[in-house]
Amino acid sequence: MAERSFKKEVEKLRLGAGQEFRGEGILAVTKALLQSGVSYVSGYQGAPISHLVDVLADASDILAELGVRFEASANEAAATATLGASINYPLRGAATFKGPVGVNVASDALANLASAGVRGGALVIVGEDYGEGSSIMQERSHAFALKSQVWLLDPRPDLPSIVRAVEKGFELSEASATPVMLLLRIRACHVYGSFVARDNLRPAFGLKDALDRPQRALERVVLPPASYVQEREKVEQRWPAAVRFVEEQRLNEMFPGEADDIGIVLQGGMYNTTLRALELLGLADVYGSSRVPLYVLNVTYPLVDGELGRFCAGKKAILIVEEGQPDFIEQAVNAMLRRADIQTRVEGKGMLPMAGEYTGGVVREGLRRFVEAHRPDLLERRAGDARAAQRLAEAQKTASANVHGRPPSFCTGCPERPIFAAMKLVERELGPHHVSGDIGCHLFSVFPPFNIGASTLGYGLGAASAAALDAPGGRRAIAMVGDGGFWHNGLASSVGNAVFNKSDNVLVVVDNGYSAATGGQDVPSSKADNALRATRNPIERAVRGIGVDWVRTLTRTYDVAAMRDALKEALTTEAKGPKVVIAQSECMLNRQRRERPQMRARAEAGERVVRERFGVDADTCTGDHSCIRLSGCPSLTLAPNPDKLRREPVTKVVDSCVGCGLCGEVAHAAALCPSFYRASVVTNPTAWDRFKARLNAALIGWLQGGSAVPT
Amino acid sequence: MDAAPARVRPLAVAIHALGGEGGGVLADWLVDLAEHGGYLAQATSVPGVAQRTGATIYYVELFPRAAAEQAGRAPVLALMPAPGDVDVVVASELMEAARAVQRGFVTPDRTLLIASTHRSYAMTEKLALADGRADSAALLESCRQAARALVAFDMAAIAEATRSVISAVLLGALAGSGALPFPRADFEAAIRRGGIGVGASLAAFAAGFDAARRGGATMPAAVEAAATRAPSAGRVRLPAWAETLPPECRDPIRLGIERTLDYQDADYARDYAGRLEPIHALEARRGDGSLRLLAETARQLALAMAYEDTFRVAELKTRPARFARVRDELGVTDGQILEIAEYFHPRTQEIADTLPAGLGAWLLRTAWAREAVDRFTARGRTVRTTSLAGFLPLHLLARFKRWRRRSLRFAAEQADIAAWLAAVAKCAEADYALAVELARARGLVKGYGDTHARGRARFARLMDMARRLQGQPAGAQRFAALHRAALADETGEALDRAIAGLDRSRSPTA
Repeated sequence: MAERSFKKEVEKLRLGAGQEFRGEGILAVTKALLQSGVSYVSGYQGAPISHLVDVLADASDILAELGVRFEASANEAAATATLGASINYPLRGAATFKGPVGVNVASDALANLASAGVRGGALVIVGEDYGEGSSIMQERSHAFALKSQVWLLDPRPDLPSIVRAVEKGFELSEASATPVMLLLRIRACHVYGSFVARDNLRPAFGLKDALDRPQRALERVVLPPASYVQEREKVEQRWPAAVRFVEEQRLNEMFPGEADDIGIVLQGGMYNTTLRALELLGLADVYGSSRVPLYVLNVTYPLVDGELGRFCAGKKAILIVEEGQPDFIEQAVNAMLRRADIQTRVEGKGMLPMAGEYTGGVVREGLRRFVEAHRPDLLERRAGDARAAQRLAEAQKTASANVHGRPPSFCTGCPERPIFAAMKLVERELGPHHVSGDIGCHLFSVFPPFNIGASTLGYGLGAASAAALDAPGGRRAIAMVGDGGFWHNGLASSVGNAVFNKSDNVLVVVDNGYSAATGGQDVPSSKADNALRATRNPIERAVRGIGVDWVRTLTRTYDVAAMRDALKEALTTEAKGPKVVIAQSECMLNRQRRERPQMRARAEAGERVVRERFGVDADTCTGDHSCIRLSGCPSLTLAPNPDKLRREPVTKVVDSCVGCGLCGEVAHAAALCPSFYRASVVTNPTAWDRFKARLNAALIGWLQGGSAVPT
Repeated sequence: MDAAPARVRPLAVAIHALGGEGGGVLADWLVDLAEHGGYLAQATSVPGVAQRTGATIYYVELFPRAAAEQAGRAPVLALMPAPGDVDVVVASELMEAARAVQRGFVTPDRTLLIASTHRSYAMTEKLALADGRADSAALLESCRQAARALVAFDMAAIAEATRSVISAVLLGALAGSGALPFPRADFEAAIRRGGIGVGASLAAFAAGFDAARRGGATMPAAVEAAATRAPSAGRVRLPAWAETLPPECRDPIRLGIERTLDYQDADYARDYAGRLEPIHALEARRGDGSLRLLAETARQLALAMAYEDTFRVAELKTRPARFARVRDELGVTDGQILEIAEYFHPRTQEIADTLPAGLGAWLLRTAWAREAVDRFTARGRTVRTTSLAGFLPLHLLARFKRWRRRSLRFAAEQADIAAWLAAVAKCAEADYALAVELARARGLVKGYGDTHARGRARFARLMDMARRLQGQPAGAQRFAALHRAALADETGEALDRAIAGLDRSRSPTA
């Protein structure tokens, strides 16, 4: 965590019993972990749980006081494997990452952990990146809970419920010897709210106790014959124990309602959206009193057959509000009711869409359909305002015809942009090549203006996903990987794999010093010193160590010509084996976070400060926008053409420019146009600066005066 | 539910912003303001990668604490806006406001829409070869139609003027709109408690507040990028035949005379006017009374004659007014020093173009000479025009523009212009509308280096097509479609397809 401080958030972790905690959901989870007496926490960053990892990384004091070890894991598999400490010891521990991608990576460790079973409570906190703003494939982590038999909590998205889920999750884990997955949707992670805190708890049995008195039990090792026993134990002992605990502790909630011949079964996480939809239909008040009975599944696996049977008694129909697909809960409920011979009709994906986020509008529509089908008398008939509806329809039509999409893009001054500008120039000379993408900011290259990259298969898998595209005499394929992906999985799966298989392809490693897309966390090759982690491990050394001979490291990606030449060489060299180009320049977002306050402070202190930024001369710009097509920087935008004879807008550099120099380099490398200039503004100039400037201005002014009379 | 008092509902505020615009700061202010003003507040967002320049929504719900206490229960607040259930939409930019309309969050029965009317262009708008900007008037119209009430003005301009951020202006507009149950002082107190850039934020807030109080929705006046005024104008008079033309035709001619005069000399300007005279005569004979052909040719001929070459660039880069404009644009204060470095990359072609025609042609065809110059021009150069060493060569080059008439490029350009004008004149005899399109299409030729070469090649193909379309039904429309295709992409694929499509549609009769 080189460039951002979370000290303010860390202070909230110190709140004691009775004090009010106010903040984001994911920070409340962090506090709840400390209140539950965890001994260790591991995690891999990614939206929406980055905050948990970031704050703990800054909370070394509190963690030391409580005897908690925090692991910034190499990947989600490593984070989950860390939970192995809870197999043999009564240690509570938590692992966190984003889902479902993180759970994909973690699944090997998760399956082994679930088979072995746990003594200490083991919690896997998954930030489910589904729906609006998600950057990954749309799937459900739910499937992993089912296949490995890991209990799944999906609490109501308010802070008291989330905190309770953490605390009860550990108890459930211990009562059933099973790891528990706590699933939080994006908005629940980012929701701002409050809860009443309890004191943090230092565990009675610490990590040191475990190390000093090591224990092992053969029946906890996943190997025959224990693995067969473990499977039976899962269904014969752990499952019933879990169901008993969920029922006794009333982890699920039932709310009665007057219209008791129908009911709604919902995931806890869908509670607020469902209640608002009911309220808008006139079926609930704003405090959550619903006329339709509700059964809220704060535990979505295992389901409690007894509770479900009781809820369905006397009901002709229930609606299941279950986000995402497959419809695991709906299928399970149908099977359970069939087995119990209960004749309640089960509605779900027939009323609500099978795929996609359940937003307020979607849920309201589904509920309306359900009530209309089974209790139409409950719905008020409201006369719609036809004129207003017409007006709105027209407005939406006009808007749709004129609104453009805004996919995410590289930040102003991003050092990754010149890599793709160089690739565009190479494409002009050598023709197009197959490019495999990876995970990370660099994948924004698939969008305009670059339109580079054909696939993305997983974190660190860029080169592996181009492995088959390797044929004698063919053009070389290019693969991308970021430093985040490189250390996550890429060194073995992409680089080692390419060396071993004598690949002839090109791998571009974007080495910007951070895991940038997830919030700027440090990675092993980060350049900054970090008291708690070992940084400054160069990627080139790792790549050579694993057997790559052809490596070019460029220390300034903004040098587009050098970048272009290195790529050209990699694509055309006679050398055998994988060609690795390491493109280094610091992530601009993080660099600005560090440098901007320093610059401001120095300027205010009267020191000489030079600020560089770029500009475009509206006089010489002809409005072709080649520069934008080769750069796409947010600070490059359009302005009306000052030349009354021209119609097309000119390019303009706005003040957000950080002076990275890419536009100038591109203008040079592509011989674009002479409109770009670099302006250096010197604040608090020295006497020598002032003398030089005055002398130059005087001479230039004299020349200009002489040329004022045109020929 | 039965004994419920007057129905109290949460107040829903959706903030539509672009990543990095401070939408999160605005949401934080609202939460703080509400909590100090006797309200419960819940806020959510979806940052993640959408933060990176994408469209983002922050959502805040407010609920009176007293009502909750009276009920003895906490309200259930939503985590995302639902269509028809939003009281206030705050949009930091015009297209984001229209996006909120598109998504149904702005409804005529309920929603107050507060939007900044400035544009932050989407990538697809910016990368067009000519003008890809969305229609701002249509975007604003959709806002006006969908909203119960609309408060819209250029908040980016206010943010810039107050050296603050747009989120502070938006908060001011929100306060000024009276949509939230808090007095102005409460809003300002929230900014103070925030503690970052308080002075500037308060100034921006106040300006936003006042503008919202004035109410209504105004589009920003078309702010034009400043151009350096040509120092010498008006020494060549409008020809007599042009004096009586209507302004939409006379203005481009006058501008063209000024441009060619500034570009070269009075002879060149007279040459310009002289070349337009036959077109004027054509208008009388073949025109439809609109004078479109004359106006369009006047515009394009001026641009064609004032083509971009090294003399011109050197001249424009070294004018006193240009330095003043850059200082102004960057907001350089008196105590600061400005240094300007120009990014040039003249290639051998441009150097040959600048030389006298014979010498230039010799350079281009003589391998050893060309290689020698190639070596020298392989890389781009930066030239500091604020230092004498950088300024002087450019200054001298600008002074040498009197030699332009003898340059290799001049000859080529004049031949191109003559061919184009002849084609326009010939075309006008048969198809006036097509001739107007052919005149307009000359705008494809512009810029420097590869851009110029690409435009010139594409225009040559269009000249060809104009010949083939003469006398064809709907020739002008079909030609205009080809012109659009020529501007659709950099590779020229769209134009290839369009021409192939035209060939196919003609082949049965061919």
